[in-house]
Amino acid sequence: MTGLLNPATGILIVPAAAAMLLTLIPGYRIAAWINVAAAFLTFMCALTLLVWRPAGLGRFLLVDDLNVVFIVLNTLVGFTTSVFSSGYIAHELEVGRLKPSHLRFYPAMYQVLMAAMNLALLTSITGLMWVAIELATLTTILMVGIYRTHEALEAAWKYFILGSVGIALALFGTILIYSVAQPVVGNGLPAMTWSPLTAHAAHFDPMILNIAFVFLLLGYGTKAGLVPLHAWLPDAHAEGPTPISAVLSGLLLNVAIYAILRFKMVLARNPGTIAPGPLMMTMGLVSIVFAGLMLYRRRDIKRFFAYSSIEHMGIIAFAFGLGGPLANFAGLLHMAMHSLTKSGIFFAVGHVTRIKNTQKIGEITGLTTSHPVLGWTLVASVVAIAGLPPFGVFTSEFLVVSSAFAHRPLLAVPLVIGLLISLGALFLRLNSIAFGEPSGSTAPDRMSPLPMMFHLGLVLMIGIFIPGPVVSWFQHIATLLG
Amino acid sequence: MSTFAFDVSHFLAGGLVLLSFTLLYQDRLPPLINAFALQSIFLSLSVAWQAQIQAAPHLLVTAGIALCFKAIVIPLVLHRLIRNLRIHRTVETVVGIGPTMIAGMALVGLSMALMMRATSGIDVLAREDLAFALSVILLGLLMMVTRRNAVSQVIGFMSVENGLVLAATGARGMPFVVETSVAFSILIAFIVIGIFLFRIRERFDTVDVAIMDRFRGERP
Repeated sequence: MTGLLNPATGILIVPAAAAMLLTLIPGYRIAAWINVAAAFLTFMCALTLLVWRPAGLGRFLLVDDLNVVFIVLNTLVGFTTSVFSSGYIAHELEVGRLKPSHLRFYPAMYQVLMAAMNLALLTSITGLMWVAIELATLTTILMVGIYRTHEALEAAWKYFILGSVGIALALFGTILIYSVAQPVVGNGLPAMTWSPLTAHAAHFDPMILNIAFVFLLLGYGTKAGLVPLHAWLPDAHAEGPTPISAVLSGLLLNVAIYAILRFKMVLARNPGTIAPGPLMMTMGLVSIVFAGLMLYRRRDIKRFFAYSSIEHMGIIAFAFGLGGPLANFAGLLHMAMHSLTKSGIFFAVGHVTRIKNTQKIGEITGLTTSHPVLGWTLVASVVAIAGLPPFGVFTSEFLVVSSAFAHRPLLAVPLVIGLLISLGALFLRLNSIAFGEPSGSTAPDRMSPLPMMFHLGLVLMIGIFIPGPVVSWFQHIATLLG
Repeated sequence: MSTFAFDVSHFLAGGLVLLSFTLLYQDRLPPLINAFALQSIFLSLSVAWQAQIQAAPHLLVTAGIALCFKAIVIPLVLHRLIRNLRIHRTVETVVGIGPTMIAGMALVGLSMALMMRATSGIDVLAREDLAFALSVILLGLLMMVTRRNAVSQVIGFMSVENGLVLAATGARGMPFVVETSVAFSILIAFIVIGIFLFRIRERFDTVDVAIMDRFRGERP
């Protein structure tokens, strides 16, 4: 029974149990509290994992330095989003945009989503990871369509169709990996487990590994919203409820990147394979430049920040594609910083759309005058996501750019151009949103600004000073990634 | 392995690819659903044959699921659905049949060239299966992008899934095949039918045919 006491199993059992409990609870208020409590408990389990990692996890789970980063980030943002979500959804109920019947299973689905993402990160079986990512996607599809408007259902349908394409490609890649490992590792489970796969990777047929990786990159790349497979992402972000936009941008995209990284590690062990780096760098660069250009034409504030997420996923894919200790370090840091900043921005956007009752950028002006706290937090967050000092995103983007200049100077040029393009777009829009004459409703903001300020504070702290243990921990992972 | 066992599995997997082409050129919904049902029957036969030659009886469960669920239940439900929606007579042509068929042939050629060259290292049966399965998957994806009707898109998705099941059963001793096929079936039942209901009841606010016709612009 030691398994039950293990914090790693706790990370899975707490949300799963909470989801079951929440299906039984009809009232939204109590359910929201249970949701927050469960998310907090999961986060505590994840923190325990930092200092105490007992053995005996069994064949299905795996805890190593790499996935602990993802898990801590996942549960932390999961917790703050649950706090934000309770206020946001309560307001939507109040104004009648959502009916209680639509929300009946919302908290339960939120916990299912958390459990699925945690399972994807914790499992040591490739097939199980696929199932978990699949489950997480399906849950978000249902949540994106929760408003039941024409647009929301259209967005959910588009997400479903494109997501299924990604699912199919990723599963085919997973099957290929199994069939190439099976002659070497043997029948059954070991040929689907990370550690034997990595250990024996040198003896696999390199050609099939290549093809499998292309399928996996395209499949999971769809989930990560890399161009040209990104079409679902802006719609899903814009039409779903804002807490879900925050979780999608901050967490689900990371889980997809994690999946790609794991397979990249298998590939890296085989000398005969193509280097996966250039593929990832190309997709990353295309995403950065494309999303940067698309930012100028956006009129919807959530769609706007969704394109910004595509850009940042591009930066992360580029950094990991570049490889080497420094770029990997930068990629990890950027992923963490982007998750925190972007979910913080979506919280702020949730406040804004709640007050102004619109998502159109043109109808939101002068926020710093009408709502100083909210307005300035949004300004600071956008400065952070644009990659300017003193925030953590600056540190990580600076590291990505400098390691690009060191290893691939030619590729650094489009990277910098892409970053500048999106910087311009962000400030252009920020100017009209935050300054000038206030328009629309000036009703006071009654939701707590704590979650978004907490995220911003963390990003600011990392920007000014990264604690020594965090640096050495990230450096260790960066060398693991090769 | 005997040549006979190999030939039979070759024949069944080839049948799946052929039926994928049939799916591509059906522009009316009822024959499309029937062609999909036939493809599912071929899939279940193919999986059952694999269970036989690999001596893996658990694959029979997968074959049974394919037969009951995808060859019988889903087609019946879909037939009913399109009759209720009165879309069983509509003809959809988004991309011409000629270009689609040529694109389909190119995709099959591509997957054969790719898989046969790449997979020389693994078991010959798994190899053929993977090549055919990739063809079925690509043809299903092609169908999903060339159709606009939600029902045909779902059928495209299910034929992609047929290809995936074929690939998974071809890989000898792969764990979770049965579990995956069960999960997939639940997924289809749950999500697809669920989303259909949403789309019909909430997007159109009614199932009244006249109003829906007006919505589609077929009646003033």
